[in-house]
Amino acid sequence: MSVELVAYAAFFLTMALTYAIMCLGLNVQWGQTGLFNVGVAGFVAIGAYVSALLTTPDAADRFGGFEMPIAVGWLGGALAAGFVSFLIGALTIRLRADYLAIATFGVAVTVQLAALNLQSITGGPFGIGFIPRPFSGWAGDPLLFSLANFGLLVLVVAALYLALERLLRSPWGRVLRAIREDEQAARALGKNATKFRLQAFAIGGGIMGLAGAAQAHFIGFIAPENYLPMLTFQVWAMLIVGGSGNNRGAILGAVLVWGIWAASAGAISALFPPTEQARAAALQIVMIGVALCAILLLRPRGILGEERVVSRHLGGLSAAKPQAKREISEETSGARNA
Amino acid sequence: MNPQIVMDGLFTGSMIGLGAIGVTLTYSILRFANFAHGEFISWGAYFALAMAGALGALSGALLTPIGPFSFGWALPLGAVAATALTGGLALLVDWLLFGRLRVNRSTVIIMVMASFGAALTLRSLLEFIFTSKPVYYTKALQIALPLGGGIRATPDQLLSLGVAAVLVVAVHLLLTRTAIGRSMRAVSENPALAGVVGIEVRKVIRTVWLLGAGLAAIAGISAGLIVQIRPQMGLDLLLPLFAAAILGGIGSVPGAMLAGLIVGLAEALAVQTIGAEWRAAAAFAILVLVLLFRPQGLFGRAE
Repeated sequence: MSVELVAYAAFFLTMALTYAIMCLGLNVQWGQTGLFNVGVAGFVAIGAYVSALLTTPDAADRFGGFEMPIAVGWLGGALAAGFVSFLIGALTIRLRADYLAIATFGVAVTVQLAALNLQSITGGPFGIGFIPRPFSGWAGDPLLFSLANFGLLVLVVAALYLALERLLRSPWGRVLRAIREDEQAARALGKNATKFRLQAFAIGGGIMGLAGAAQAHFIGFIAPENYLPMLTFQVWAMLIVGGSGNNRGAILGAVLVWGIWAASAGAISALFPPTEQARAAALQIVMIGVALCAILLLRPRGILGEERVVSRHLGGLSAAKPQAKREISEETSGARNA
Repeated sequence: MNPQIVMDGLFTGSMIGLGAIGVTLTYSILRFANFAHGEFISWGAYFALAMAGALGALSGALLTPIGPFSFGWALPLGAVAATALTGGLALLVDWLLFGRLRVNRSTVIIMVMASFGAALTLRSLLEFIFTSKPVYYTKALQIALPLGGGIRATPDQLLSLGVAAVLVVAVHLLLTRTAIGRSMRAVSENPALAGVVGIEVRKVIRTVWLLGAGLAAIAGISAGLIVQIRPQMGLDLLLPLFAAAILGGIGSVPGAMLAGLIVGLAEALAVQTIGAEWRAAAAFAILVLVLLFRPQGLFGRAE
């Protein structure tokens, strides 16, 4: 295999993994808790911009550039996005379910507006460049550089996956699903549904912020048009295709949908003359939109579907007693549809 | 403060109000927040463009401006056709997507997500057919007439304001004085019970789509006439629509119209005081304030 091919594969997968992080964040909100976030792009943008501000070198024409280490930027991005999620959640989670959706949509619109217009902080339409890239010392060797970046993202996704799986099987994760399936029953057991939902929403938002920061540092440049509603839509498509409620499904869906997306974009630029490319790109979105609606209609559980999750101790029991291993996903989908 | 703000706010507000009526009806009767509603606005505007263009090609006489207005008979005739076509589009989307999801007994949130997918599909389809370049119904320039008190408005603007006022009254009367209006309110109160007492729920659902999409089409045509026609116009109006529907109180038609005017005035005020680029933030600020202080809206009932 040629070096370019490996380098490209590493680049492609690194990009896909940044989307996988967004999907994992959305999975905490939607898959585990049933909170609908239509403003994914906004939270990703907050993470990206905060991290970029913290880590870029001092710039004369705008606020900041604090030249902090990349890790500080990522942490800052995640915390900022988590904090905004907390505020929006505190405002709407106690209300009707789709008020949260409307409010998050508002966040995405407003963040986009702020990124475009607060020129002295965000660089306005030109965005922020020169965002330090991890392993930039190795940039002379494209293969080593892309593999190192890929390795870093693999580590981040793996760590996040293990942490989320652990959280999912913890009492905290069980309460979340209990609330999602039957809020009244959970409340009758003394669980504060609003508090748990709010925690899950803030954690999910923080993970999206981390994804935005990681992506910004991987590409090295951010601009407001990276965070259009299209991004929200892509992340949703990834989670739905992979199977919401399933962390492995979230990662699989991200790689798969990003692959389809990149391949169809490549096909468009190869097949259509430059004058027709904007049109063809619109058609690409139409097809993805139709596909998402079709999946919602035909296979709402996605490829992997929701995993049955029980406590570690119960898991041992059910392995010993096969009859206890009922197909929970059927039951769950029935309960969710009720 | 410039009194012109009031006039500008009323124009935008009347369009937001017309759209918000549809949002509030789908929300209270079909019980989900329809993110595709903005697309009916854009599709209505483009349908009217295509229809008026076709009529104008048939007979050039239809293009000569009527009285003080900037357009000929082709546009009002095209607008009537566009309203019907947009209603048909809504029924088609319901038949293809939402109706099937209702049969599957999908959760509210699945419906919301499906509407999100439908919105992107419809918008990109417009971009595919018409490209994203802005277009106009007429190239004619209109002189704004002084109305006294330092306020100016073009005949087109006054007409669209008048049409909006007539429509709101008509919809209000339809809901409060007719049999189908009573059925709609019954389904909004309790769909199962309404079905039990012999109300044809499917007919009510069809009426909701036709009414909501038709009003959205009129809003889109007004917006296209006064500003411009773009595939993004519905998306840009979506947040104001939701803000108005929630501020007015879900299910309340007069509330949606009044709240639409309030959101429009707030936008005009933001444009004057902060700058045109922050226009969209006004709707978000109103949304946050309503959710904080009066989540049931002006005319809504607390849950």
